[in-house]
Amino acid sequence: MAQMTMIQAITDAMRTELKNDENVLVFGEDVGKNGGVFRATEGLQDEFGEERVFDTPLAESGIGGLSIGLGLTGFRPVMEIQFFGFVFETMDAVVGQMARMRYRSGGHYNMPVTIRSPFGGGVKTPELHADSLEGLIAQSPGVRVVIPSTPYDAKGLLISSIRNNDPVVFLEHMKLYRSFREEVPEEEYTIDLDKADVKREGKDVTLIAYGAMVHTSLKAAEELSEEGIEAEVIDLRTISPIDIETILESVKKTNRAVVVQEAQKMAGIAASVAAAITDEAILHLEAPVLRVTAPDTVFPFAAAEDVWLPNETDVKERVKAVINF
Amino acid sequence: MAEKTLKNIEEQFEMFQILNEEGKIVNKDALPDLSDEELQELMRRMVYTRIWDQRAISLNRQGRLGFYAPVAGQEASMLGSQFSLDKEDWILPGYRDIPQMVWHGMSLHQAFLFSRGHFKGGQMAEGLNLVMPQIIIGAQIIQTAGVALGLKRRGKDNVAITYTGDGGASQGDFYEGMNFAGAYKAPAIFVVQNNYFAISVPVEEQSAAKTIAQKAVAAGINGIQVDGMDVLAVYAATKEARKNALEGTPTLIETLTYRYGPHTMAGDDPTRYRTSELDSEWEKKDPIVRFRKYLESKKLWSEEEENKVVEKAKEEIKAAIKETDEVAPQKVTDLIGNMFEELPVNLQQQMDEYKEKESK
Repeated sequence: MAQMTMIQAITDAMRTELKNDENVLVFGEDVGKNGGVFRATEGLQDEFGEERVFDTPLAESGIGGLSIGLGLTGFRPVMEIQFFGFVFETMDAVVGQMARMRYRSGGHYNMPVTIRSPFGGGVKTPELHADSLEGLIAQSPGVRVVIPSTPYDAKGLLISSIRNNDPVVFLEHMKLYRSFREEVPEEEYTIDLDKADVKREGKDVTLIAYGAMVHTSLKAAEELSEEGIEAEVIDLRTISPIDIETILESVKKTNRAVVVQEAQKMAGIAASVAAAITDEAILHLEAPVLRVTAPDTVFPFAAAEDVWLPNETDVKERVKAVINF
Repeated sequence: MAEKTLKNIEEQFEMFQILNEEGKIVNKDALPDLSDEELQELMRRMVYTRIWDQRAISLNRQGRLGFYAPVAGQEASMLGSQFSLDKEDWILPGYRDIPQMVWHGMSLHQAFLFSRGHFKGGQMAEGLNLVMPQIIIGAQIIQTAGVALGLKRRGKDNVAITYTGDGGASQGDFYEGMNFAGAYKAPAIFVVQNNYFAISVPVEEQSAAKTIAQKAVAAGINGIQVDGMDVLAVYAATKEARKNALEGTPTLIETLTYRYGPHTMAGDDPTRYRTSELDSEWEKKDPIVRFRKYLESKKLWSEEEENKVVEKAKEEIKAAIKETDEVAPQKVTDLIGNMFEELPVNLQQQMDEYKEKESK
């Protein structure tokens, strides 16, 4: 086994699938010779050639349309949106076109497209780069949204996403790209989409998170443990659809839940999770389901990110509120 | 200097015509190599499509069809271009471009299902390289660049052709599609059927460009403006575009045409934005009238022949509507079942709920 950062695990997943299936094509802005602005596609063009790994003109809508056309002719496109803040330029291609293809064709065409994109705050990018826009896609039927929080998960989930015959938006939190390494098998493996993962076991409260907030929650859980509170931390891994079963199993044990998301509060994933818990398990609850989110402003300029993003203190405060309710 | 460059470019985009309004050949050198049977087939298709359009409008008014965008006036532009294609070429149509799909192999029955908003309208038969009619103006244009690149990567001797109207040429996707296809030397043909109005907005208010064809210059691909009421010119231009596409140069074809009817049958009233003088000016250019004159002069067409086509069209349309009436109505479970290959848990639950509802 090798020690890998998340970005290395992502590259490794693409290399694995480029090797496995000649229909897999990897493309986007600067992904060819340059290896991607984050180096996610480093070395892939040299290894697989310009026909399989290539640069596109600078036009996100065009990249989305290109993927659809390649998908129609039997390819398995892995397209990159250089920063997820640019997704608005290709919203029609992703949620208007790819997501509806199976239905519009009565099941005749599928769209095995993986849309990879860096997202999330904390790395001080220029504005409209880091935004947490995953909720926009999660709200759109016909497309899955997958968000890994560790190198191991990233490789297995990305391989599963590429092999899936429906569109998957695969979001990579920029802060996690190189923040830590862990053991990642060199051989291929998959992780089921649509399944959450319990990242820490605990009996007193359930924390539900995804992306970088999984680590914020784990850190908060460690600190709470010193105070005698044992939090269970669930990593959603796929945010659309939500694996409600794993959440309910945990909440029925802990009777308390706090949902943590980096995105703004309004119409978010956390709201969906909270609603699902009250739908299915209200009689198991000892306290209301609380949320930790960013405020409902636009994503801030870089110098304001640190005060804007939710942190461990916010998580601990909410946990104590549900414990002491 | 810059002014001169623009003027030079604009002057080079002259309308390409073979058959004039009187049905006379005005460009003998460009006359395509079509057999007598092929010429008659082109005529049959145009006459058939005109009858189908009339029937569709009438069925729509009776509430028996659903969504319909009239095509009369545009037959040469639609059918002349499709006629130059190979059976395995891909068509990415807009919502008005149903005739090209039908003459490429889709059944009338399926066209009617599409009009009625039934998902089976999009269920293409195996081996039929058609994409469902696009609703978002211009979205099909970038997808065409993708299909074309896919065909090139697969080493196929086939092209991808897409259709939009003059309004589509205002969309960003129009430029992105031409630019991508040009950059990848992909075998694509972009047809803009300029019927002079994007619903109601006249083409001269949509762009400062004198022609739409000249927009190809910016993308570094071929561009040509064609008389869209002249089926021979449209055929010849598309045939050449197809050859060039396979050699790595896409083409933008602007066909100058006119839709006699409203934008769609959903309440558009063309008298608000077009004059009857303009209508009759275009009716004089009618594609069927001029081609009929030409074929009659060659003794290839007669009233009797035309009546046969009219009767055949009426019978087939009647049968297709009957077949469409017999299709089972859609259920919510059909919709849920066509969202994903493997249903996610939320949709599994909803599938169960609706199965129960629908069983009652």
